[in-house]
Amino acid sequence: MKHSEARVGELRDAVVLANGFPLLSGVDVEIEPASLTVLTGANGAGKTSLLRLLGGLVALNAGEGSVLGIDLVRGDRRQLRRRVGWLGHEGSFYDDLTVRENLTFAAKALERPLDDLRVALARMGLASRADTTTKELSAGQRRRLGLAWLLLRRPELWLLDEPYASLDDEGRTFFDELLGEVVASGATVVVSAHDPLRSASLHPRTLEMAGGRIVGGS
Amino acid sequence: MIRTALLVAGKDLRIERRSRVLLWQVVPFGVMALLLCGLALGPQRAGHSSAAPGLFYIVVVLVVLLMINRSHGVESTPGTRASVATLGLDPAGVFLGKALALAVELWLTSAVLLAGSVVVLHTALHGTLVALPSIVVTLGALAGAGTLYGALSSGANGSATLLPVLSLPAFAPLLIAGERSFSAALYGGALWEWWVISLVALAGYLAVGILLYGVLEES
Repeated sequence: MKHSEARVGELRDAVVLANGFPLLSGVDVEIEPASLTVLTGANGAGKTSLLRLLGGLVALNAGEGSVLGIDLVRGDRRQLRRRVGWLGHEGSFYDDLTVRENLTFAAKALERPLDDLRVALARMGLASRADTTTKELSAGQRRRLGLAWLLLRRPELWLLDEPYASLDDEGRTFFDELLGEVVASGATVVVSAHDPLRSASLHPRTLEMAGGRIVGGS
Repeated sequence: MIRTALLVAGKDLRIERRSRVLLWQVVPFGVMALLLCGLALGPQRAGHSSAAPGLFYIVVVLVVLLMINRSHGVESTPGTRASVATLGLDPAGVFLGKALALAVELWLTSAVLLAGSVVVLHTALHGTLVALPSIVVTLGALAGAGTLYGALSSGANGSATLLPVLSLPAFAPLLIAGERSFSAALYGGALWEWWVISLVALAGYLAVGILLYGVLEES
């Protein structure tokens, strides 16, 4: 697929199958750089599958697509995955490692200085829980750990699967602020959520999904 | 690749130390299996039977299957798999790291099992010590093969059942070589020839793992 330099992601009639069942059944979408896109829709609408496709975590079975200049059919998806950040709603870490050990593992894998780790912990309010094993964290704290992991990564494309789940009001406000900072820094964010974002100041583009397709949006 | 291998091995061993699955589940299971083998032989035959090396390796196979499932189980949570995939770790390094961690766990467990076989199966201490280099190499080869087959079966439905079905044919030559060299150390025979076979198998599985682990992960 010919990639447009102006776009972070571009899909044409994208189909993703799992055991013959279509998770995505013909998605057309363009993702602009330094933008915030929100995918909304009911359970099973295809939001997570679209995020996983954009992150190179699943293969494109039919159609065309490119993300960050890498063709999803012929390109090296491993190269793409190195440039995206993923925050899943299932939890993203090793449960038996502490917060600090999980982040140290990520920092060493990415060859980031360990000072970045301290900054990420402080930024996410997890400094006091640094030596707690991940399985002992609350759902909201696990979500913050996921964001700390992404702050360490500093990816070009942030893919966040229902990041507001398990967050209280304070957490949601904090998260909105963080999203604003990320977009302002030039990174691109795609978020899945059941409802439109609360914060109007973020000016997100909303895409509504149903049955593995994009059926509307703003 | 080596840096990634050490990072992954350190992480896996830290998880094992923290969860204590090896200490409280795998080692007691192995000791219990060894004890049952001793009971099956009976007090009269335990000290005189040449079955001890074979029984030791049967227990090792049971233990290594548990360890392989555990080793890949910690990676198989969908969220963890996706997050770690985005770290861009070198697959060859991941393979070597997981195999190294598995080998270390296997060596530690086998030290307990060997001590147990001296007590329960009355294997000669001197012969057991002579067999140590071949046992270390055979267990290393089992760890390499097990890591490869663990990756092959981990994504599939019923992976706990699939793993022994897939891996036992690959383990069989290693087990024969290991048992033969252990027997040779205890009762006399061609010790080094069998030891070299284990060494070649170790090198072979490491080479195949380094080349193919990335493909298995992607599939």
